[in-house]
Amino acid sequence: MKLLTHNMLSSNIKGVTNGFPLKIEAEKIIERPVEINPVFLKNMFAKLEWKPLVEASRTMGFSELPEDVPDMSVLDSDEFLQKFHHALLEIHLEEGALVCPETGRKFPVQKGIPNMMLHEDEV
Amino acid sequence: MSRPELQAPPEIFYDDTEARKYTSSSRIMEIQAQLSERAIELLALPDDDVPRLLLDIGCGSGLSGETLSEYGHQWIGLDISESMLNIAREREVEGDLILGDMGQGLGLRPGVIDGAISISAVQWLCNADKSSHEPRLRLKAFFGCLYRCLARGARAVLQVYPENIAQRELILSFAMRAGFAGGVVVDYPHSSKSRKEYLVLTCGPPSLSSATPKAKGEDGESCSEDDSSADEENPTVCISDRHRPRKKQKVNKKGKGRNWVLKKKEQMRKKGNVVPPDTKYTARKRKARF
Ligand SMILES: C[S@@+](CC[C@H](N)C(=O)[O-])C[C@H]1O[C@@H](n2cnc3c(N)ncnc32)[C@H](O)[C@@H]1O
Repeated sequence: MKLLTHNMLSSNIKGVTNGFPLKIEAEKIIERPVEINPVFLKNMFAKLEWKPLVEASRTMGFSELPEDVPDMSVLDSDEFLQKFHHALLEIHLEEGALVCPETGRKFPVQKGIPNMMLHEDEV
Repeated sequence: MSRPELQAPPEIFYDDTEARKYTSSSRIMEIQAQLSERAIELLALPDDDVPRLLLDIGCGSGLSGETLSEYGHQWIGLDISESMLNIAREREVEGDLILGDMGQGLGLRPGVIDGAISISAVQWLCNADKSSHEPRLRLKAFFGCLYRCLARGARAVLQVYPENIAQRELILSFAMRAGFAGGVVVDYPHSSKSRKEYLVLTCGPPSLSSATPKAKGEDGESCSEDDSSADEENPTVCISDRHRPRKKQKVNKKGKGRNWVLKKKEQMRKKGNVVPPDTKYTARKRKARF
């Protein structure tokens, strides 16, 4: 699972009002090279929740993103785009769990695939 | 041919054996790729070469998602069958995979997805596979979440195999109730073999861009039993001709190709990172289209 996906996912359990961001428990992290596409990154930037991305990438062992929401102008910096790209698309959570921030319910991640299936009483 | 939907719940029907069989049939691969191409065409994304973040609902072993990758888009795929997702993973699809049940909703933040496709999957929601399943509630949960997670003005194109007209109308009515505008496009309505139905839904109030696009192979006749759909009065919107040279041939954009990926992986390994082993699927050459 990429951090791009993590930034979009939220806990869908019945009654939960704020299921975002899911906390990451990382057991195994892998990297996969992806070609950078600055246009995609610029377009995504507006949709992302920045702090959760910084927090998630730190949990995944990558602490090079600026702490505070950067100004749009950083999108012209190659150095920034490289880091942003790496955090968003190249670091994968392979084994571990995503934890609902409100209920603590764990969604296991196995072979890179989060299991978001709800139990009957959570629907 | 009997309908898989009537045989077993999807997560049981698509077991390891069926998932492998499904994904090794060249006939199925070809059909699913064609359906996915048509779905992307009906999505009518802006013609600006910007890769989008798309959703593939009932992504299975990744046949539909691979078409999205060929057009250069990022995608998230959701499926209820672990066996299908395992094959997708084995094939090293570029999209991210989630094990989940669309009938339980989607678990995505509001307004973040640029478009959604679903190929041959949504009709499964019309079955009650468990005592706790109520198809109407599941359709409601699905379309409600789909509507919320899409950006305003974004489209969802769902290719479906409803069992009968009533089932198609049921699916469509829940889409409308969730707030979608749009209707059904029936391609090749007069051919029992090639006939395909697509729900083309736009998020937001009806507008020019939510008018139902024109179907293929209609022979100038209204193609649908239902006159609210594919009405000939509707303007044709952003539908390119099959034979027009395709602009979004991203194949050349993938220019760096396999060697670049293998080299990059080696560099990452040298830095001490965990990088998956190279296989025949790694950055495999995509079939060139046209
Ligand atoms: C015919 S396959 C199509 C797969 C893929 N879209 C393709 O074009 O090859 C239908 C898929 O829908 C999935 N499916 C059925 N019901 C589902 C549900 N409630 N939630 C998520 N996926 C579901 C099945 O597991 C199966 O992988």
